[in-house]
Amino acid sequence: MASIVLKDLVKDYGKVEVLHHVAGQFEDGEFIVIVGPSGCGKSTLLRMIAGLETVSGGEIYIGDKMVNKLEPADRDIAMVFQNYALYPHMSVRQNMAYGLKLRKLPKEEINKRVEEAAEILEIKDYLDRKPRQLSGGQRQRVAMGRAIVRDPQVFLFDEPLSNLDAKLRVQMRLEIRKLQRRLGVTSIYVTHDQVEAMTLGDRLMVLNGGYVEQFGTPIELYDRPASVFVAGFIGSPAMNFMKAKINSGKIKLPNGTILNSNTQLSADITLGIRPEHVVADAKGALELEVEMFEQLGANTLVHGKLKDSDEPFVASMPGHVSEEPGTLMKFSIAPEALHMFDAKTGKRLEP
Amino acid sequence: MVENRPILNVVTHLVLILGVAIVALPIWITFVAATHEETRMLQAPLPLLPGGYFFENFTKTFFGSGLSGSESAPVWRMLLNSMFMALMIAIGKIAISLISAFAIVYFKFPFRMGFFWMIFITLMLPVEVRILPTFEVVADLGLLNSYWGLSIPLIASATATFMFRQVFLTIPDEMLESARIDGAKPLQFFWDILIPLSRTNIAALFVILFIYGWNQYLWPLLITTDTDMTTIVMSIKQMLEAAEQSPQWNIIMMTALLAMLPPVFVVVAMQKLFVKGLTETDK
Repeated sequence: MASIVLKDLVKDYGKVEVLHHVAGQFEDGEFIVIVGPSGCGKSTLLRMIAGLETVSGGEIYIGDKMVNKLEPADRDIAMVFQNYALYPHMSVRQNMAYGLKLRKLPKEEINKRVEEAAEILEIKDYLDRKPRQLSGGQRQRVAMGRAIVRDPQVFLFDEPLSNLDAKLRVQMRLEIRKLQRRLGVTSIYVTHDQVEAMTLGDRLMVLNGGYVEQFGTPIELYDRPASVFVAGFIGSPAMNFMKAKINSGKIKLPNGTILNSNTQLSADITLGIRPEHVVADAKGALELEVEMFEQLGANTLVHGKLKDSDEPFVASMPGHVSEEPGTLMKFSIAPEALHMFDAKTGKRLEP
Repeated sequence: MVENRPILNVVTHLVLILGVAIVALPIWITFVAATHEETRMLQAPLPLLPGGYFFENFTKTFFGSGLSGSESAPVWRMLLNSMFMALMIAIGKIAISLISAFAIVYFKFPFRMGFFWMIFITLMLPVEVRILPTFEVVADLGLLNSYWGLSIPLIASATATFMFRQVFLTIPDEMLESARIDGAKPLQFFWDILIPLSRTNIAALFVILFIYGWNQYLWPLLITTDTDMTTIVMSIKQMLEAAEQSPQWNIIMMTALLAMLPPVFVVVAMQKLFVKGLTETDK
């Protein structure tokens, strides 16, 4: 078990800097998810922690040891790859035992650990099969088993679920979470899937273009996104954004609608409203011209445009709703649920 | 394509049978010739059916000194020589190519691509082109009439290096990274991961290279003067040219027959791996 500290971490390929002064402290036993769109540098960051990429600047500590120059094998980590990277010519048992064999552990100890891990992951029946005889989910388990047997200080996951089908992904997600709780090993998990990030992480690090946009618990990120990027990235369906002006706390939308806020600010802002925070209300100020409904069963997504404008807007309503396209629906929204961002910098404006 | 045209069926079969006959007839004649007396093979209509002297010819060829009246080594000795040479060439080529491909693919060193292209260019220089300087070198090293002299000049292979490079390039990078995290040193990665993964390719290459080595003619002819070191392929030709004699076809054909067996055996034994190695792409 160990905490991890990233100090002012920089990665560049020649002149191109892909990670810009990333800093963070991951506590012992924490499940950290690094999330961001593709190309944001999240895998690079993980691979730097693993020791598969060199560090261009800054320092990485695992426990209290500076590991910048250490070989991956000496960092006491285990990694689960996106394509599992199982050795195709070895049986499941040999795959799991290989790292231990190289560390010259006694045979009985290796056997014991492999059996234990197989027990935990419920892959005891496949121990003597080859990886190609296994399904995707089983391979995934073997890859995790290979990580567990090593009993490392840190687990690193590089989008381990993206090769699985949707249903299995949900199931494995839960299992990874349970397993991590049970073993209590500090874990870093990279994904581009915000739902995965929200459900798995104790804390989330949102990366965008090599910068840390925000680092906090899922709820913090949802309730108080630090920037337009985080606000749009976290939450599904995505937040509605529109340009607006705020004048002594009164928000004027593009179509002229006035909303009350709980602030006294005056500025040009980007206004964010989560679809699930609007409430159908005959006296509501927000008027929506309905274009389409998406019936999801438990709730209904209303797609439309703000009245007298081209601003698209999505509202989420509980239960089944169905109206003719073109109907005008009214919604109200609580002032606390409005997110205001500086129109220029995209940073959150606090009341 | 499923078609039901009886005439077409007959025609295709005829063509195929004709093809087989053309390929098989010389081998049949070889076999037939090896089962007759020496004098019978010199009479006008050549026999097309086997005679009764197979075992006699066999013992004479295999253990005796081959052609009567010549000084050549018995055929078992030639077979052994050929076998040594072919095995040394095949195994040596594979070992060296594996190591050089490993270096080129997985290590960063200055002029890496330069070295690769230098190896690649030698593809264009077969033994025959460099035969004089090579002979000079081998003679100066005192390797004439030895197994080393027979095999070492043929042992480096650009083709095999190139092929293993391509094989290694198809192995995903994650395999290497995973092994690094497992704590494998480069040579452990080489032995434990790379070699097992290229097993089928090694087998395929072994078949090709063994036959290549077995069929070497010009090089052994140049550097072996000692009859104890002659290889079987070159000696068949020498038997034909034995001075002032009519060729002893029964013995020569028996020798040819024996010369064919080891390559056939290697191909048959490794056929499954061979086909897999040439067609399998999935890693």
